[in-house]
Amino acid sequence: MTPGPEPSSANNACAVRTDSLCRHYQMGQTLIRAVDGVSLQVRAGEFVALLGSSGSGKSSLLNLIAGLDHPSSGTVIVEGKNLAQLSRPELAKYRLRTVGMVFQSFNLVSSMTLAENVELPMRFAEVDRSQRPQLVREALDRVGLSARMTHRPSELSGGEQQRAALARALINRPKLLLADEPTGNLDSRTGTEIMDFIREFNQSLGMTIVMVTHERALAERYAQRMLFLADGKLIGDHANPSTTAVATPGEHV
Amino acid sequence: MKAYDLSELAFRNLRESLLRNSLTTVGISVGVASLVAMLSLGIGLQQLASRRLVRSGLFDTVVVSSRRDFRGFGHDNERTATSAAESRVLDESARGEIEHLPNVVEAYPDIRFFTELRYQDKPQMATVAGLPASAKINDAFENMQGSFFSSETAAEAILQKSFAAELLGKTAKPGAEEVRVSELAKPLLGKDLIMRYAERVAPIGSLPTMSDIESPSDLEEIANPEDNAYSVVSREQKLTIVGICDLDPDSMHGAARARVFLPLKLTQNLHVMQPTDLRDTMRSFSNQPIYSSLSVRVKNPKQVLSVEEAVKKMGFNTFSILDATRSLRQFFAVLDLFLGIFGSLALAVASIGIVNTLVMAILERRREIGIMKAIGASDGDVKKLFFAEAGAMGVLGGIVGVALGWAIGHAINLGTNVYLKRQALPPENFWSVPWWLVAAAVAFAFIVSLLSGLYPAARAARLDPVQALRYE
Repeated sequence: MTPGPEPSSANNACAVRTDSLCRHYQMGQTLIRAVDGVSLQVRAGEFVALLGSSGSGKSSLLNLIAGLDHPSSGTVIVEGKNLAQLSRPELAKYRLRTVGMVFQSFNLVSSMTLAENVELPMRFAEVDRSQRPQLVREALDRVGLSARMTHRPSELSGGEQQRAALARALINRPKLLLADEPTGNLDSRTGTEIMDFIREFNQSLGMTIVMVTHERALAERYAQRMLFLADGKLIGDHANPSTTAVATPGEHV
Repeated sequence: MKAYDLSELAFRNLRESLLRNSLTTVGISVGVASLVAMLSLGIGLQQLASRRLVRSGLFDTVVVSSRRDFRGFGHDNERTATSAAESRVLDESARGEIEHLPNVVEAYPDIRFFTELRYQDKPQMATVAGLPASAKINDAFENMQGSFFSSETAAEAILQKSFAAELLGKTAKPGAEEVRVSELAKPLLGKDLIMRYAERVAPIGSLPTMSDIESPSDLEEIANPEDNAYSVVSREQKLTIVGICDLDPDSMHGAARARVFLPLKLTQNLHVMQPTDLRDTMRSFSNQPIYSSLSVRVKNPKQVLSVEEAVKKMGFNTFSILDATRSLRQFFAVLDLFLGIFGSLALAVASIGIVNTLVMAILERRREIGIMKAIGASDGDVKKLFFAEAGAMGVLGGIVGVALGWAIGHAINLGTNVYLKRQALPPENFWSVPWWLVAAAVAFAFIVSLLSGLYPAARAARLDPVQALRYE
């Protein structure tokens, strides 16, 4: 596993590709087609928004890309790996090294301080103990929380918690950041703040971003491309002219 | 995940729900404590019993007699193995040979004779036996009134309680309460006893001078020293009573058991005429004393059989009380097993407590497990974390439990000794916690905890992260 993303090789390589991807659940008598034959491609370094009303299958699709869920059929290939064929330990390793995730409800461990939360993925990755404090400080510094290292999540505002979650998602230097409604629990001003951070990661670190949202305005403002989902199917794929023009790595900070 | 991170996470999780985890750990402690208390009592009782048996001298002693001695204890077929006439003589060289056999502590001649003892001019008849210095640690002398012999040749005697009672004319009537040893000791200790005995005067052939010969008939007798003649002279020996013992130190000899004991060296020096001497006159080849029997003390009751075999090969009859420690060990193995099972029951209950605590923890920490998995924890990491928590509770509970069990055993021992003291009995240590029990109890608690963690850990590892994260 390479230590981090390489912005120079980004633009044309394919980071995520799905082919006829399906995820069906059996709910009593009825079969729920959460994801139903989705084929899409995301280029390395691209910022893509998945849009759709609730129940359209956008979160299920994101979970499949994150390796948290297994497809019923079809393939999902991330960084050249077919996730459907990975074993459970391999999937865990993939989640640990290749993707970072942020959630609508932040999902910080409430009993741990911010520093401990950010350190947690490094424990699983067996990063040398002596390096960790420095890396934690850098990560929290990047999101402007170095003064809050010893605070517990409950002592922080929603925006601060989401920033800590972003720091945690970045700590193992993944190539792909998956965000599931990252601003869903935040007011619009704080939401913008979080989105600015995500855009910065995209542009300065060259990370590929796949973000699920139901706010079209937010997607139009930040994403380079918008994919529309309804009833588990891909129904639209629009490039966003206002952002693609400026999406050159390193320009915006 | 590295061991350091694992233990750090496990301990922080244990601290998070401190009360519940402490209660679970206390449960394990009580289980381990009951196990340790039960087993330590079992082991202690076994040690006490073994100690008593070894010290009684009954089970580490082999009595050796010559095959020509019909007084011996051997079986008929053994006697016929070698014809009596050809068999070896139990003399000093044989004694030395036996003493040098492996696992033999000492071999001493068994000198006993029936004779008259006078106390305050009143004659009494009793069997007298010589006691080696090593008999001092024999259990029978533990609660003796007075003291053991001051030296191996001192003209002193120890009396068995019943003989002491006869001397004082205080023989208990059947059914009446027995006289206390201390009452008998008071008037007797330090008093003198006159023992009359028949001395076997050395064979005349060995006498260097002719001056002793006074009459022609004597001359006739010594004409051929090879005839091995000897004379028997009646003598008296003054003895000081130094001890009265309650128990019967010579019980092994059954009907021939002695009730008056003298130091062995003294008895040897007296050259008392032995009942077997008369018969041996016909076959004796040397001037060496010939023993009617030897007592052979073996290092350990377990080795009695092998020593007996070796002595038999030398051509003697042997007798021993069967190795009682073997059946004793068997009995205690069963006792320990039962005590262990009862002790383990509490631990079994405690292990259910661990399962319960950890299953509750899964429900409570469902979301946390989901988060850990989402950010890259493998099934193995989650499993190991739960195992570490279970194991930590087990080891902690085990250590506290051993201390608690030790305290309980100690308290029981103390309480019983208070009771024994009230009954005017000597205190006894019937309780023992060997180091291996400490280690085994902690290890057992650890293993039981890990086994209890098996199911919760597997369940936590299987948790679906998507569902766990949806759970609020």
